[in-house]
Amino acid sequence: MVERKRIDDKTGTSTVGHEWDGIEELDTPMPRWWLITFFASIVFAAVYVVLYPAWPLVHSATAGVLGWSSRGQLAKEVATEGTRKAPIEQALARVQIERLPENSELFQAAVAGGSAAFKVYCVQCHGAGAAGTKGYPNLNDDDWLWGGDLKTIQQTLLNGIRQPGNDATRMSVMPAFGRDGILQPAEVQDVVSYVRVLSHQEKPSEAARRGATLFANNCVACHGPQGKGMREFGAPNLTDGIWLYGGDRDTLTETVTNSRYGVMPAWGHRLDPVTMKMLAAYVHSLGGGEAFVPETPAAVAAATSNPEAATPVAQPRNVQP
Amino acid sequence: MSSPDDLAGPKQKLFEARTKIFPKAVDGSFRRLKWALMAVTLTIYYVTPWLRWDRGPYAPDQAVLVDIAHRRFFMFSIEIWPHEFYYVAGLLIMAGIGLFLVTSAVGRAWCGYACPQTVWTDLFVHVERAIEGDRNAQIRLQKAPWGPAKIAKRVTKHGIWLLIAVATGGAWIFYFDDAPTLFGQVVRGEAPIAAYATIAILTGTTYVLGGLMREQVCVYMCPWPRIQGAMLDEKSLLVTYKYWRGEPRTHGLKRAGPAARRPEVQDQGAEPQVGIPSLVALAANPEKTPRIGDCIDCNACVAVCPTGIDIRNGSQIGCITCGLCIDACDQIMAKIGRPPRLIGYSTIADETIAGEGGEPMHPLRRLLRLRTILYTLVWAGIGMGMLFALGTRTRIDLSVSQTRNPLYVRLSDGSIRNTYTVKVRNMENRPREVEIGLSGLTRAAMWNDAGSRETAGSTVRLKVPADQVARTRVFVAAPAQGPTRQDVTFTVRALDQEGGQDTDENFFERPETGQ
Ligand code: SF4
Ligand code: SF4
Repeated sequence: MVERKRIDDKTGTSTVGHEWDGIEELDTPMPRWWLITFFASIVFAAVYVVLYPAWPLVHSATAGVLGWSSRGQLAKEVATEGTRKAPIEQALARVQIERLPENSELFQAAVAGGSAAFKVYCVQCHGAGAAGTKGYPNLNDDDWLWGGDLKTIQQTLLNGIRQPGNDATRMSVMPAFGRDGILQPAEVQDVVSYVRVLSHQEKPSEAARRGATLFANNCVACHGPQGKGMREFGAPNLTDGIWLYGGDRDTLTETVTNSRYGVMPAWGHRLDPVTMKMLAAYVHSLGGGEAFVPETPAAVAAATSNPEAATPVAQPRNVQP
Repeated sequence: MSSPDDLAGPKQKLFEARTKIFPKAVDGSFRRLKWALMAVTLTIYYVTPWLRWDRGPYAPDQAVLVDIAHRRFFMFSIEIWPHEFYYVAGLLIMAGIGLFLVTSAVGRAWCGYACPQTVWTDLFVHVERAIEGDRNAQIRLQKAPWGPAKIAKRVTKHGIWLLIAVATGGAWIFYFDDAPTLFGQVVRGEAPIAAYATIAILTGTTYVLGGLMREQVCVYMCPWPRIQGAMLDEKSLLVTYKYWRGEPRTHGLKRAGPAARRPEVQDQGAEPQVGIPSLVALAANPEKTPRIGDCIDCNACVAVCPTGIDIRNGSQIGCITCGLCIDACDQIMAKIGRPPRLIGYSTIADETIAGEGGEPMHPLRRLLRLRTILYTLVWAGIGMGMLFALGTRTRIDLSVSQTRNPLYVRLSDGSIRNTYTVKVRNMENRPREVEIGLSGLTRAAMWNDAGSRETAGSTVRLKVPADQVARTRVFVAAPAQGPTRQDVTFTVRALDQEGGQDTDENFFERPETGQ
């Protein structure tokens, strides 16, 4: 390789001075427009550096004379989004929760907002899909300890379950039948047998018959004579296929012996009323939501004029396993 | 830069200044073809957004509209949804194959006649000529010192160029919104900032690329001439200088009297003599030169060339196949009483045959060969396929996705419930009611988020607004006994007279034990 610059005869252009096996490179100048573009880019960069944040310093970066920052832009966008959502939130603040489904657009907006809030506050216990886990109820199913209409769900959310220091909280305590000596271990087993017969997990047996008597003496106050539970006390229906802690012998033995005492925080003093409504709507929309049934005769009259709000709860079901 | 070697040579230039080109006006069949194509393409571009097309109350009535906000593409009676983007992909493929077809058949004809760069440059050149005069006047003006007249001419020229550029950038935005409304907004200064930015950018590019850079775009910036080199073969029609007929050239009419010329262009004996040696021989002893070519070296072909090249040097990257040199040379040939088309559309194969005294094929017959026929078939095949798909597509579309968290839910009666998100696209311009059904699952009950298990049935109904996607959550409950994963088929059926339906496959999931 020879390093020697010279002028190429044919083109009149000088070579760059390299040569490989007789092949030389011409030092052809760039077209003028290319050069202009190149210098324009440099000018652009210089202007950009002055206008926008550019040089990283130890703790921050140069600010740029326009005062633009990505955080500032985000704050602006968040504010814009807030303004956009304001009418929806006002409407949600005004509406009574049980009348929310009448406005399907508002209901959809509430569900969407509730879905976002759920991911912040509720997934820790109930899981991302709201399917719960052992001890934490599955919110997708149709089994509700305290009730599954919009108003009841909202009430549960507001005040929590067994939340100390909250007078309106959902409150009930199941006795620890075994630990406190109300029932002997053998009797506990009899009760367990009866409960498993109630839920069609076992065939009737002698133990279950004994358990039935014990059940009638100790459990009907909360779980009802048929064991179908009572929502006033959050007492579970023992005849259905859904178990919060499990329906197998060991789990039931544990439950009857030591009782269960699930706790949920009261969110009413932490989240604003609109978010509460959104969360209730979201939970209601997961598939197990129940229709709201007004209690007072006046409310019944009001609701019958609106067929949607008064969907009968107890119609024959199409599906039987 | 200061090595002793440098001292010997001239000072190194940092850039290569452009040699300004002053293309001369010319008239002829190709020029007229260019005029026609320019009129057609510019009319299409500027007028299209203003065409109206009645689509009823639920859709815009602009014939061609790229509705980005609602993610629709309207083209007369055709409406493309984002999920139908394969139609656009198909059009792009057709455009690509079309370009291959055109190139293999007639070389860079796209570049010479239809390319926007060519069309707008041509427009700008005409404006320039109207104000500054033809080639010679332009050269004189360029050399003249700056004075009121020159300034006035230059300002007028650039002013009109900018007006054209603004109109070009302005017309573009009308494809993306209702043209009359947007026009009013633009004029009143109420249009979105993106509209003004688009106008500004396209004004800039039109002015710079069409007015200032012109042929440099074709030679340096455009990748197509490089690709074209690979696409051409010896049977592609190109603008060709018939060297066997033109050489050896003579300078000026006087010396090249008709008697000295070949009697017949086809009648020739030995190999034609080309190249510098023959010209040198001619210059040394013109009287004894046995034959004289038809080219009188008048440079008319070079003067009219918009890229400033000399076609007599053979096919080259700068030639955009515009055919203007053909028109120019034909005029010269007519003047000196020689047959036209010393420069003409021809193929390398034909020129070789003609050079050897054979009979070249007719240019149109040259178009029919395996390669062009194959391209045409593929191109037409894709087009027919798309037309067929377009004609038979349903305007109702179902897509079902299963909620996977949780995959299934056990209900209090022991049955299993799955949840699906169902999207129904109504691509008609009117609201429709549809019925969603399910097959493949026995004793299934179905309801959606507007109902509940108590009101469940075997189907759910849904109202889909005009031209929109309705989504609903559909719950399906079935007995727990059964396979853990079962194929199910969802069907959507329009409930109006026109009907139409679509299906989508999915699964019904159960827990392992069935318990
Ligand atoms: S216009 Fe025709 S005759 Fe004149 S220089 Fe060109 S090829 Fe030759
Ligand atoms: S040589 Fe010039 S004038 Fe002739 S076809 Fe090519 S670009 Fe056009």
